[in-house]
Parts: sequence; C-alpha cells; structure tokens
Amino acid sequence: MTSSVLPLADKSESDAPESPVVTHVKDYLARLRGGDTGAMPAVLGLVVLCTVFAIMRPRFLSAGNFANLFTQGAAVTVIAMGLIFVLVLGEIDLSAGFASGVCAAVLAVLLTEHGWPWYLGVLAALVVGMVIGLLLGVLVAKVGIPSFVVTLGAFLAFQGVSLLLVKGGTNVPVRDSTILAISNRNLAPIVGWLLAAATVGGYAALQLRRNRNRSRRGLSAEPIAITGIRVGTLAILVGLAVYVLNQERSRNVVISSLRGVPIVVPVLVVLLLLGTFVLRRTPYGLSLYAVGGNREAARRAGINVDRVRISAFVICSTMAAIGGIVAASRANSVDSNTGGSNVLLYAVGAAVIGGTSLFGGKGRVLDAVLGGAVVAVIDNGMGLMGYSAGVKYVVTGVVLLLAAGVDALSRRRAEAAGLR
Amino acid sequence: MALSPTPAPPPASDPVLELRGINKSFGAVHVLRDVDLSVYEGQVTALVGDNGAGKSTLVKCIGGIHTADSGEYFFDGAPVTVNSPRDASDLGVEIVYQDLALCDNLDIVQNMFLGRERRRGWVLDEDSMEQIAEETLAGLSVRTVSSIRQRVSSLSGGQRQTVAIAKAVLWNSKVVVLDEPTAALGVSQTAQVLELVRRLADNGLAVVLISHNMNDVFAVADRIAVLYLGRTAAQVSTSEITHSQIVELITSGQTEALGPGAGRNGVNR
Repeated sequence: MTSSVLPLADKSESDAPESPVVTHVKDYLARLRGGDTGAMPAVLGLVVLCTVFAIMRPRFLSAGNFANLFTQGAAVTVIAMGLIFVLVLGEIDLSAGFASGVCAAVLAVLLTEHGWPWYLGVLAALVVGMVIGLLLGVLVAKVGIPSFVVTLGAFLAFQGVSLLLVKGGTNVPVRDSTILAISNRNLAPIVGWLLAAATVGGYAALQLRRNRNRSRRGLSAEPIAITGIRVGTLAILVGLAVYVLNQERSRNVVISSLRGVPIVVPVLVVLLLLGTFVLRRTPYGLSLYAVGGNREAARRAGINVDRVRISAFVICSTMAAIGGIVAASRANSVDSNTGGSNVLLYAVGAAVIGGTSLFGGKGRVLDAVLGGAVVAVIDNGMGLMGYSAGVKYVVTGVVLLLAAGVDALSRRRAEAAGLR
Repeated sequence: MALSPTPAPPPASDPVLELRGINKSFGAVHVLRDVDLSVYEGQVTALVGDNGAGKSTLVKCIGGIHTADSGEYFFDGAPVTVNSPRDASDLGVEIVYQDLALCDNLDIVQNMFLGRERRRGWVLDEDSMEQIAEETLAGLSVRTVSSIRQRVSSLSGGQRQTVAIAKAVLWNSKVVVLDEPTAALGVSQTAQVLELVRRLADNGLAVVLISHNMNDVFAVADRIAVLYLGRTAAQVSTSEITHSQIVELITSGQTEALGPGAGRNGVNR
C-alpha cells in the first residue's frame, strides 16, 4: 500500500494535466475493481430485467404496469428501508415481516371494529411497531441473545399475535378512505410535476451549496461537470417517471379516469430522504456505522452502544409498521398472512440486492429502493409471463443468494485491495 | 527517598503527570506494587518491562479504565481522581491502545472525531471537521495519506497508527500514551512512527511510549521507566544508561551499575 500512496504535495502536480472529470471516473473505476460495487449491480440487474421483460411481454412497459410496480413493491421497500438500520449494525431482524402484519392488524381492527379515526389508528400502529422494536432491541443488546434467535422467536410469536388479532382465518376489511388512498389513489398530474420539480431543484441546490461551502474552505470540491451530470440524470429519470405515470391508465376513460403519480410514491420519497439524512448527516447515523464497523472502538469513543443497537431495532420495527399500513391499504384488508410468506425474505433480499452488506458497517437507504425495484420487477414480470408462484419464489430466492454471494465475494476482494 | 546513582535528566519543570505508590490487584493477583511514574512535558518517557510486568495495567490506570486500589495521581502538581476514560480525556490524557480502536468502514476524518463530532444543530459539520483534521495532520507533518476522506481499511499499518495518534492529539491533549505503536510495523513505517513520536514531544506534549524494542526506545526516549514484576525498577535518563543495563533491569529488576537499591525504589526524585 505504502508505495502507491502519494504525498499530498505530489498529488496535485500529477493530477494537474488530467481533467477533474477523468479523475473522478478513474476513481470510480478503481473503487469498482477494488470490490466497492455500490449501486452498480442493482442498477445493472434492473436494466437487464426490464429489457428482457419488455421484449418478452411488451405490456410490461405500459403506464398501467409501471404504476403497478410502485404499488406492488412499496410495502417490501419500506420494510427493507427499516432493515437497513439493523443490517448496518451487522444484526438481522427476521420478524420485520410479521411485525408489519401485527401493526396492520392493529390498524384494521381499530378502524373497522372500533371505529377509530384513521390518524389515531395509524398512531397506534406506529406505537405498536416502536414497542416491538424496543422489546427486540432490549433482548438483543441488554440480555445478549443473538438477534437471529430473538427475531426468529419473534417471527413465530408475531404470526400467532396476528392470528389472534384477526380471529383465525377471517380477514378484516379496511374501509377508511384516507388509508385506502395511500396505495389506490393518485396525485393530480400537476401536483406530480410540481413535486418532481421541487425534488430535482432541491437536490441541485443542496449539491451546489455543498460545493460552494467546500471550495470556500479550501477543501476539494466535486467538479461542476459531475454535479451537472448527476442532477441531469436525476431530472431525466424523475421527469420520465412522472410523465409516464401521468398518462391515462384507465381501460375505460368514460367510467373513470386513472392518471397521476400514485400517492405511495411521495411517501417512499419522503422516507428515503429522511432515512438518508439520518444515516448520512447526523452523529447518530455515524454512530450506527461505527458500531457496525467496530463495536469496541465505538464503545471506547464514548458511544452508548446498547442504546444505538436498541434504537436501530426500534426504527426497523417502526418502518415495518409503516410497511404494514401500506400493505393494508393495497389489499383493502388485513388477514393473518399480511406480512407473512415471502414479505420478509423479499425485504432482506431488496436490501442485499441494493448493496447493503450482511456483515454490517455498510448500507444506504437508497439500497432498499433499488433492491426493492429489482424484486418488484421480477415478481411483476414473471407474473406477466404467466409463471406460477412456485417459479417466482425459486427465481427470487436464487437472486437473493446471488446478491449475498456478490456481497461476500466483493467483501473478500475489498479486503484484499484494502477497501471495504 | 533513595536517589538512584544516576540522577534523572534535568526535569526542567515539575512533571505534568505523576503517579505515586500505585497498587492494583485483580483478586489474589497483585499486579502493581507501589509503582511510581513521572512524565514530563516535551519529553518522551519510555515505559519498558517484560511481559506481565504490569505495563498494560499501569496504562489502563492512567487512562481511567482501571481505578487504582491505592496511590496518588497528580496532574500538573494537583492531586486528581481518574475513575473513567472520560475523566482522563477531560484532563488531557489520551491513550492510543495497541489495537488502535479505529473503525475500518469509516474514513480518516470520521475516525478522528468519532464520539466527539462537531455539529451544527442536528447535522454533522463535515467541512469544519475535515479542515481541522487536515490541519492536525499537517501540524504533525504527516504527508503519507493521499486523501483524508479515504477509508481506514485502505491504509497501511503505519498510516493507521498515524491516524490513531493524530486522533489522540486532536483534543489539545497534554499527555499521550502510546501502547506498542511499532509492534506490527515494518522497518520504514517504524521509522515514520518514531519520527512522529519524537515530533509530538518536540511540540511540547508529554509522551509515554511503551515498547519491547530497545532500539526504538533508545532512538526517541528522553527517559526510561522500567517495570519489573509490578514494581518500578528504575526511572533514569536515556543518556545515562546503556542498552545492556536496561535489559538487565527488565529481566532481573536490578543492575550492578545502578546499585542494589535500584531494584526496590530506584526512583529519581
């Protein structure tokens, strides 16, 4: 390593003739070769899958199906976002799926059987999620049971609680219009455009402000061209998505018009921004990475390790509660299998496919969105192709193992290259 | 107090950190027996001793991880009590442990500020941290890292040691204790780290260097304190003792040249 490290003074000289963009691209390629793959595999996988499905089933690319992808993948993505916090610590929460089921059942029972207003029902579901997370976190951090065992036990227990809440095999319908709107209603097209403009404009403003602050302090700032490319890419992607979603999707326009961005999309965006802010910009987020990277070092640095670990489980289960609410909205009802069967594995798969490491210390909330998109595309595309649930499960399982394999191999490679 | 035949170097001032009569037992095992140690500003004090002599325990008492059973802890001439790592760092005493305690997945700046981040409201003040970290490294004349935003996992052993030392220096500390900083390093990296150790003392810090390597000790230390089976065997100036005398002190607790009394209380005050 030492031989390849340049003294500070030499570096600026050797870089001088190279344009900053070229340096940036070279740095990225070096990181890629070193095993720091970032979002690359998920984006690549998404492109390949979409191309294949688009060729085999042209309907895959229709506006209606595009909107379906969001509503189908939303619950799993939200649960995966919460899982990121636990995975960064190197722990796992196998009960997140059924925790979402329990919270959804609490919501449905309170709304439908007790006539609570929607906001109190949502609040109750979130509180139940927090309490579940607190319980899991205390068992892991204070009692010292491995998280795998704690949450495996909780997985079974919550399945039981869910059954008890919805009274056996029946299902509890959800009729509250606000809750149903999350997954079933759309924003007015103009609102969609305004939100898109605000997102891109806000991103550009943040990036430019950061660059200005850094160059004012004499720190190395990102070249303006790279910032431009990033903002431009985001603008194109967001613009394209909003344009497609604003197309008429209704089969019979006379009966009802169906166009606009599904309400669940801004919900996802807000959660993504909030989670990214917490992980990347706050001391708390840094302490999560520190505990995941070297627990002893974090302890010696004065970080309250137990509290950090408990809080991660609280965040995870609370996000699971939000995922449960989204799932209840989409299904218009809650039964004992809400959050069950493949939901948890899809969520863990989404996080890992997106690039979050199962070994801890590495992960972004964006990973959940990218991985969630891959999982949703597989599920949706194979459904269109007419494959049975059995085949879908096999393929998703294989993709999860593939992603975990990439994670393990890139970690080994990164260790060899000195990056991790 | 019995003086050693070779009086200590000119303690230009009073010791910044002084331990007197420190005892520490773990159950039936009496690890430290009436240990004395004086550390001076602007000097490197080497702490040497064989395995099991009590060096690590003494360091942990200095750093507040262990509390001594009895004995006195003076800082800047005033008696203090140090019961936790926080107490020690509040005084300006920083310990760089052998296993460095760095997070591989974080970058240099994040590691240097870990647990004591600068913030604006709820948000990390990344830019000012980066600036201070860069100034600190420049102040130590560290030029071996290409970017302070690179992850610690990508650094060599010597660079990691440098980051750990810079982290300890960042907090206006007065005393820095380095536990075997060169144990796992190659020749050139050892030289770099020793140079850094010397520079810390030249900048006015009091440095305690624990080492098994006598060449390292003689290369940078101004004074040498020898522990033998939990006792202070000697505290002498480097210029007044030879390599073989130190080895004799380490292995037997006494040396002819320093007289028979040196083994028991050969302290230099």
